[in-house]
Amino acid sequence: MIPEIGYFSLTLAMVLSVLLCIFPLWGAHTGNLRLMRAAPSLAVGQFAFVLISFAALIYASLTDDFTVAYVAYHSSSTLPWYYKITSTWGGHEGAILLWLVMQAGWTAVVAVRSRSLPWILRARVLGVLGFLGVGFMLYTLLMSSPFELLLPYYPVEGRDLNPLLQDPGMIIHPPLLYMGYVGLSVSFSFAIAALLTGKLDNSWAKWSRPWTMTAWGFLTLGITIGSWWAYSELGWGGWWFWDPVENASLMPWLVATALLHSLSVTEKRGVFKSWTVLLAIAAFSLSLLGTFIVRSGIIVSVHAFATDPDRGLFILAFLAIVVGGGLTLYALRVSQVKSEGRYKLISREVALWLNNIFLVVATFIVLLGTLLPMVHKEMGLGSISIGEPFFNKMFAILLVPFAILMGIGPLLRWKQNKWTFLQNKMLLSAIASIVVTSVWLFLSYDVVAPLTLLATTLAIWIVFTTGLDVFDKTRVHGSLTNGLKRLSLSYWAMVLGHVGIAFVIAGVTLTSAYSVERDVSMKPLDVVSLNQYDYRFEGVKSIRGPNYSGHAGVVTVLKNNNVVTKLHAEKRQYDIGMQFMTEAAIDAGFSRDLYLALGEQLSNGGWSLRIYHKPFVRWMWLGGLLISLAGFMILGDKRYRNNKKREQEVA
Amino acid sequence: MNPRRKKRLLAVTAIVFGIGAVIGLVLYALQENINLFYTPSELIDGKGPNLEKPHIGQKLRIGGMVVPGSVVRDESSLQVSFKLIDTGPLVTIRYQGILPDLFREGQGIVAQGVLVEPDVIEAFEVLAKHDEEYMPAEVAEAVKGIKHEKPKYNLDSGN
Repeated sequence: MIPEIGYFSLTLAMVLSVLLCIFPLWGAHTGNLRLMRAAPSLAVGQFAFVLISFAALIYASLTDDFTVAYVAYHSSSTLPWYYKITSTWGGHEGAILLWLVMQAGWTAVVAVRSRSLPWILRARVLGVLGFLGVGFMLYTLLMSSPFELLLPYYPVEGRDLNPLLQDPGMIIHPPLLYMGYVGLSVSFSFAIAALLTGKLDNSWAKWSRPWTMTAWGFLTLGITIGSWWAYSELGWGGWWFWDPVENASLMPWLVATALLHSLSVTEKRGVFKSWTVLLAIAAFSLSLLGTFIVRSGIIVSVHAFATDPDRGLFILAFLAIVVGGGLTLYALRVSQVKSEGRYKLISREVALWLNNIFLVVATFIVLLGTLLPMVHKEMGLGSISIGEPFFNKMFAILLVPFAILMGIGPLLRWKQNKWTFLQNKMLLSAIASIVVTSVWLFLSYDVVAPLTLLATTLAIWIVFTTGLDVFDKTRVHGSLTNGLKRLSLSYWAMVLGHVGIAFVIAGVTLTSAYSVERDVSMKPLDVVSLNQYDYRFEGVKSIRGPNYSGHAGVVTVLKNNNVVTKLHAEKRQYDIGMQFMTEAAIDAGFSRDLYLALGEQLSNGGWSLRIYHKPFVRWMWLGGLLISLAGFMILGDKRYRNNKKREQEVA
Repeated sequence: MNPRRKKRLLAVTAIVFGIGAVIGLVLYALQENINLFYTPSELIDGKGPNLEKPHIGQKLRIGGMVVPGSVVRDESSLQVSFKLIDTGPLVTIRYQGILPDLFREGQGIVAQGVLVEPDVIEAFEVLAKHDEEYMPAEVAEAVKGIKHEKPKYNLDSGN
């Protein structure tokens, strides 16, 4: 009964989203206010029914209703309750339903929070969101319904959730990532609505900006947690593999980052308008492309997703409509857009323009590296893979000018600057960052490679120049505390985001340069030393979890004969499916991680173990968290809060 | 030339040079990092219409089934060697380290490494996917002779 309710309310939601697509757009076209006014309630209604449908699937999973095919394939009765909930998005159909919840959720929030917008624009934004909703719901209902039943012969036990996905990271990673992907559809809708209206002015950028920032914040958080999940769960100690599925999330992130910088120029200075619109269309298109790549089965990836060519084709067609439609509209309307402001070569406008160029080039590199193997194979030229060194090398090259620019950018003012004015500050920061980095690295490590020194210096450079800028801006207002109070939240968001990037750069550089790993074979009470830590193998004991059994290698970690920690590196075998899984033991720390994975028993009775010492690996995720915080911070900014006040006055 | 045109010309030249430099760099980096995929038969007999064989020292990927009974482990170290097969000849893979959880005899795997002898590869990475029924698409194709079925281009098949 419950699954039928789920399917039925999804159908109702679909009907509402068809109306949401037609009524407001038609109303805006003909100037019919009554039709436009229907949009917000339709949006909220659509969200309610999608939510009911999602709740039905969670209920079916929690109550072990194995008549539902999706539950039977992705859950089991022995699964802990929180993983039962997680299993509702652990497979394809459920993941798409979660996507729908997010899509309808964003639409509803836009409907509620857009009262300050003129009706014609509000109706068009919601109409475009409705159109996107129709596409995804059609897909769910026709091709990937999670409510298919296995009647009359249903299994008594489910096939269990893939053990890889039984991890806290998996509980939050997909929802966050989807919030980001789908959130970009709001920026997209704002851009399309503005094109339809023909009014691409500063206020459009001002409306779009907080939505874009929020979506980007979620996307950042999702990618960060995904990387952490891969690190802790895949057992290789890696945190980024340039895997097509990862690239699929990185591309929209890069373009969205470019978009929010470009939006700030459009909002403040009224230039780059058409470019901003193009980025908004591109960001969401790349989200869709990512979905296509992940779901179509066109590529082989380490992430094992259920794939199906028919489904891929539907997404491809939808992608073609969205991208094609968006770009056609853009081509028709872009000639009416005129830039207002003028600026000189040394100005913040040019710095942000260069930022955009670098980010777009980076996106193209990822796109090329991701699509080339597919194209190569489809053309019948045999299958190839593009190695990680390609991406690493390209990003390392791009990083240098990008990071230098990131330090200079905030110091620049709009319109024009005198070079002499900047000279001293930059020289000071450059010398300071070179000295500090050299002292730090040469005191800590015996060998410092030139590239390591360069990249770390760049990270410190970003921190120093940003700090200098904060100091400068506060000094204007007399006392420091008074000055700090006067800075706007969106300024702090910039500071936080840039410092976050500095952490990511430093973390990636140092952990790549100074990670050490050793594969060893150990018998009980053997001791192995690695980077000042001694690892004493205590033996192997058997373990039993709710839905798995296995054994754990116990290792005591010592430093100068003091016990640091005791690690349990597990090898689990799950009861259903009998899959083996390595569960690495990690001792996390601010400046280093100790990472231990258990291998198999050797014929001489010893056990193979892999030990890693990873310095500063956590800085990467710390940086990611700071960046995403920057995305959410802008919501509190006065400029956008005032928007709300005006709303209340109007209402 | 008036100053505005001059500025534009400068900007355009900079962009053209920038794009040129980026494309050059990308192509160069690509050339170094494209790893061709071979099956054991292709490695021995040659690949493609010209039956091209990889040269010693080439970085490549190979996929096949682990021949049952061919896995030899060193007594005390983590050195392991095994043979891969698809339809004909055997290729030996040597690897130092912990094999993935799903590595088993008779299972399809993909290894990445360097060709050290005409039929021996020194692998630095061995992948077996985390899925019971999984066989890398490339291996399945090679072993079973089944071609990857192209999607049918009609939208109305609503199965």
